[in-house]
Amino acid sequence: MANVNIKLLIATLLSGMMALVLGGCQSLNSKPDDSLYQQLGEREGIANVVEDLLYLIVDDERINQQFKGVDVAQFHDNLTDQLCELSGGPCTYTGREMRELHSDMAITDTQFNALAENLILSMEQNNIPTGAQNRLLKQLIPLYPDIRNL
Amino acid sequence: MTARRLVTLTMALLAAPAAMADIGSRIWATGGVTTIEGSAGGGLVPWAMLGSYASDEEWGSTLALSRAEVDDYTLSVTGAGLNWNNRLEITVARQTLDLDSLAFTLKDGFGLEQDELNQDIFGAKVRLVGDVLYNPWGQWSAGVQYKRQRDFTVPSAIGARDDSGTDVYVSGSKLFFAAVMDRNLLVNLTARATRANQGGLLGFGGDRNNSHEVMMEGSVGLFLNRQWLVGAEYRQKPDNLGFAAEDDWWDLFVAWVPDRRLAVTGALVNLGDVATLDDQQGLYLSLQGSF
Repeated sequence: MANVNIKLLIATLLSGMMALVLGGCQSLNSKPDDSLYQQLGEREGIANVVEDLLYLIVDDERINQQFKGVDVAQFHDNLTDQLCELSGGPCTYTGREMRELHSDMAITDTQFNALAENLILSMEQNNIPTGAQNRLLKQLIPLYPDIRNL
Repeated sequence: MTARRLVTLTMALLAAPAAMADIGSRIWATGGVTTIEGSAGGGLVPWAMLGSYASDEEWGSTLALSRAEVDDYTLSVTGAGLNWNNRLEITVARQTLDLDSLAFTLKDGFGLEQDELNQDIFGAKVRLVGDVLYNPWGQWSAGVQYKRQRDFTVPSAIGARDDSGTDVYVSGSKLFFAAVMDRNLLVNLTARATRANQGGLLGFGGDRNNSHEVMMEGSVGLFLNRQWLVGAEYRQKPDNLGFAAEDDWWDLFVAWVPDRRLAVTGALVNLGDVATLDDQQGLYLSLQGSF
């Protein structure tokens, strides 16, 4: 008997969670706000994250070859603008379109994972809260097929 | 003995991160943990993710020791897995079920002198399509588990038809970023065709039903941060034996993944009625090392 009640409880919890997921998606689509941008520490905070990300990339044997010959200052500016814009901040990304930019690089899943890992580590180094990290990753994930050229 | 060796090994690996640079590139905790049947997943339910952290240009492997202590039984599992390119997972697991109180029932009712049941499970899982993190439709995999009893006397006496069987399953997993209170939510659904009694520990097929049936299994987990995952699992079960009714399984779990090398899972498990003994509840603990 208790068993049945607990099953019911779990079922209720699960459906509640699903409702939250769906509800969450809807509210995010309907009102763009800059709260993520604020949580990331505005453009300066984002610039710091990108700087630490660059240090991690340079040391990472899995991906540093892909960054050979890149203008580091320009890369830093472009990626900072891009993350700023994606997070709802007052910036405009002026770099090349993602798919075009990565079309000749043959980026593997391993390399994509390595970059994602380094981004998470650099956000942690800058004390970005877990929730803000997740929100930024959520904005970046749709770029996956363009970057992997799929 | 083996448990102590694994802990020592895991600790040694933790202490020497520089020497183990090639552990695999997938993001923390996306290898799941090792189920009681050896396949990557939660504790009771296989997920679509493949074990270890191997990404598309890498190899990876896992070793796991698990133990479930419920009211009248103790299940111990040793499992190992290999992952090629995040495409194919090959696993082996050995289960030992200590019958504790059931040993008396078997002696009085069937004249059997046996205090444990053993089973080997050989598994393979293929990632068919997608990625649990990066694909909007998640990741989909298909797997098989070939299970073989090491001693069929008891299952045979209570009406099981075969001492070996094969489960076939399809599994879908998806991580929803910033889904609940800005935390990431992992959802898994598995459909398994099986004729195993109590996962195979009581043999395969029976007097009530002797053919494969499709069972639904699911789990959800919420990442509190990248090291802590809490959630629940549910596993529907067949009911093939007239000897004793078989219940569905469920658990509530907490997994701690401090980094890629180690995963520790604790759970409250409820296996329901098992072979005439009512309402088997207890604790589950699993240690996994990834290499």
